[in-house]
Amino acid sequence: MRLLNLLKIAFKAIILNKTRTLLTMLGIIIGVASVIAMLAIGEGSKESIRTTISAMGSNMITIRPGADDRGPARGSGGDVQTLTLNDYYVIKEKSELLSYITPVVNGGGQVINGSNNWPSTIYGVNPDYLNIKVVGLQSGSMFTDAEVHSASKVVLIGQTVVDNVFPDGQDPVGQMIRFNNIPFKVIGVLEEKGENTFGQDQDDVVIAPFTTVQKRILAIDYLNQIMASAVSEDDAPEAVTQVTEILRAQHKLLDNVDDDFTVRSMEELISTFSSTSEMLTILLVAVASISLLIGGIGIMNIMYVSVKERTKEIGLRMAVGGKGSDILMQFLIEAILISITGGLLGVILGLASTVFIEKFLNWPTSVALYSILISFAVCAITGIFFGWYPAKKAAALDPITALRYE
Amino acid sequence: MSKEIIKIEDLKRDFIMGTETVHALRGISFSIKEGEFVTIMGSSGSGKSTLLNILGCLDQPTDGTYEIDSLKVKDLSRNELATIRNEKIGFIFQSYNLLARTSALENVELPLLYNSKVSTEERKERAIKALEMVGLADRMDHTPSQLSGGQQQRVAIARSLVNNPVMILADEATGNLDTRTSYEIMSLFQDLNKKGITITFVTHEPDIAAFSNRTIVLKDGNIMQDYKNNKILSAADELAKLPKQDD
Repeated sequence: MRLLNLLKIAFKAIILNKTRTLLTMLGIIIGVASVIAMLAIGEGSKESIRTTISAMGSNMITIRPGADDRGPARGSGGDVQTLTLNDYYVIKEKSELLSYITPVVNGGGQVINGSNNWPSTIYGVNPDYLNIKVVGLQSGSMFTDAEVHSASKVVLIGQTVVDNVFPDGQDPVGQMIRFNNIPFKVIGVLEEKGENTFGQDQDDVVIAPFTTVQKRILAIDYLNQIMASAVSEDDAPEAVTQVTEILRAQHKLLDNVDDDFTVRSMEELISTFSSTSEMLTILLVAVASISLLIGGIGIMNIMYVSVKERTKEIGLRMAVGGKGSDILMQFLIEAILISITGGLLGVILGLASTVFIEKFLNWPTSVALYSILISFAVCAITGIFFGWYPAKKAAALDPITALRYE
Repeated sequence: MSKEIIKIEDLKRDFIMGTETVHALRGISFSIKEGEFVTIMGSSGSGKSTLLNILGCLDQPTDGTYEIDSLKVKDLSRNELATIRNEKIGFIFQSYNLLARTSALENVELPLLYNSKVSTEERKERAIKALEMVGLADRMDHTPSQLSGGQQQRVAIARSLVNNPVMILADEATGNLDTRTSYEIMSLFQDLNKKGITITFVTHEPDIAAFSNRTIVLKDGNIMQDYKNNKILSAADELAKLPKQDD
């Protein structure tokens, strides 16, 4: 029997039971739509994390003191004093994969301008910092290497600090402020960056030469961290390895001793956060898949009813020459048609709801082509899988019994 | 002598019901020649339905031989039987068995859908021709619910004719119809028979048998009588004799 005839028969059966077919499809429609929407939400949040982190400098490599071992009673990185200025010089000298590198010392304190004050964090860095963090200046200029060398009392401040200590809208550049009662001259204002993905205000910072912060504010001789920038994003993992080797040699660590520092690239950070959002995606998709499964069971249910209801018709078809395989194909094609049509409508609904989520709920979404292909393929498979058994049952009917069935 | 369409020899059919064996047919032999109009009679339990199922290639005999159009029907697979049904036999049922909400034309086309040798155009052409033969050419777009019982049975007859079968097998084809309509249908059968179509008609109504040219009477799985009908009544004449309906 020709496929075209079978398609015609199946199509006819669907048309004759419009409401029932539509209700059966609903399960598949909702299933597919939710899988697509959930994947879009998952992809969207993953992408937004990636974008934010990239904005923070995707080539960035951070070196912190202290081992990154998992376990109880682990001291916070700041307490460990294994990172020194010497380490910075050695890395700067030996590593070929880093384009920028700066030591970082930081501490909290009060920024005061006259009667206005604001608690903030001061970062002691060198001029490379701006390139590493990919941040520009709104006004003024960065301090120079010479100013680092002489531990000049100059600072650059972020927009949040500007808003709080210069509430009158006056130009901060050239003004004097105090940080923990030490007077500094404001020489520049950092470009606004807003909050990052983790809700941290990136504009609530004060930047000063690291020498100044080390000696005049914190009075320490170690570093809180070293920040660097790999030549390119692709070189970042290699750079991490290289820095690790240099530091191990520098710290004279034996082979059986763990690192007393932690080197991380942004790439790692991205994958850490991506894996979290991936977990979320998997969870969402799992829930959505359940509705798809239930949709499939709905098809099976309806096909069973249909076979039962049309027993006499099946008997007739067999009597006039329909083979078992013809009957099987008829019902199978019917099931597949229902699931594929449902799948198509589901894709449309899924895309529509994705647009809705993006526009009205302001949730980042990103529809991946593969999610459409997968859910569509799942639909077809669902149709075959759940249509098979009822169809098989129809095909196995004895024509005599089927004809007499009332 | 005309060709034998059906040849049955020592046909037996046993059913096993639990521990007991029921002998539905106990070794019957007969043959049907091309152009005959045979009625198979018998009360319920006579083996009539069993014989019908075997004649229709819906069932296989336990023992003995059955040949239709010189084809031995024994040990054939389900698919082979389906092909024989499709190409050699035209079925007519008591309850018409038309597909609901499907036009008369599509109902008649049904057997040809299962014959891949027939193209879409030819299928339609042949279905229209069959409907013309039963006088329903003007009703081909009507669905069964829009047709009377007699008309529905005519559609079923057209369906049985569409594949040019060697034999039409009717199972109590007038059982659901009133006398007038039954006579109309019988008259149609007689017309078709005159055109050379072989008809086997299973019934338990003796007056229907009077319209055929041969009657086989079954009882308890054996042939009781097998006689030529010398005084064939014309269904058209009988119809004329019926009191006029004032509708």
